[in-house]
Amino acid sequence: MLRLSGEGPLSISKLTAGFPITRQAITKHLRVMEDAGLVRGTFQGRESVWQLDQRRLADVRRHLQMISSQWDETLGRLKALVER
Amino acid sequence: MPTVVVTDRIEKKVLLRAPRARVWNALTDVREFEQWFGVKFERPFAPGALLRGVLVGSTVDAEVAKAQRQHASVPFEITVDRIEPEFLFSFRWHPFAVEQTVDYSKEPTTLVEFVLEETPGGVMLTVSESGFDRIPLERRSQAFTANDGGWSIMIKLIETYLGQAS
Repeated sequence: MLRLSGEGPLSISKLTAGFPITRQAITKHLRVMEDAGLVRGTFQGRESVWQLDQRRLADVRRHLQMISSQWDETLGRLKALVER
Repeated sequence: MPTVVVTDRIEKKVLLRAPRARVWNALTDVREFEQWFGVKFERPFAPGALLRGVLVGSTVDAEVAKAQRQHASVPFEITVDRIEPEFLFSFRWHPFAVEQTVDYSKEPTTLVEFVLEETPGGVMLTVSESGFDRIPLERRSQAFTANDGGWSIMIKLIETYLGQAS
């Protein structure tokens, strides 16, 4: 799960503030998300700044909705089977 | 206001009015699994086992079965993760590995978990699939842009199914 501010790009120090995990751990997760095309990281001075890639996120949401619908349908069949 | 963006995980809950043992068998006995999921496996589920299945079609819904059989030649692989009797069943797979020309074996998998919980009204089944963030965006986009008919058929199938149900 990723939490990013709706206000826009956030520096790594602001992003990690309030989390009980290390900056390194969050950066690692952000890199995975970056590889997946969900966020973009840039450097401003010495600090990295992260933002959501909105266009790609819309794609991803559609994809998750599609898989979600498939699960609804599959679980409907399971329900029909065990309740009959 | 902070926005919570969940892109890695899907979670579903369904209340099943059936005994816990009945639900557990439907999930973990490959012959029962075949009936609702529509995929036939030759060997039983066992922790750590890599199983190759065939899409034979669900026996619960004839229309669904017909459409699923169109993909019968597509290899369907899962690796069983954990089996904790009447509580947890999980496996890993490639979430939309439907194109025969693509080798998915090197790609990250998602984890599918079924968790059973006894409630007064029946068994609450929670199904989650997680790990989507590790899958390249190109692959995620491909799920709905594939023009070979793979997923578009599946989407059509869902629409047909929902149309019948309503």
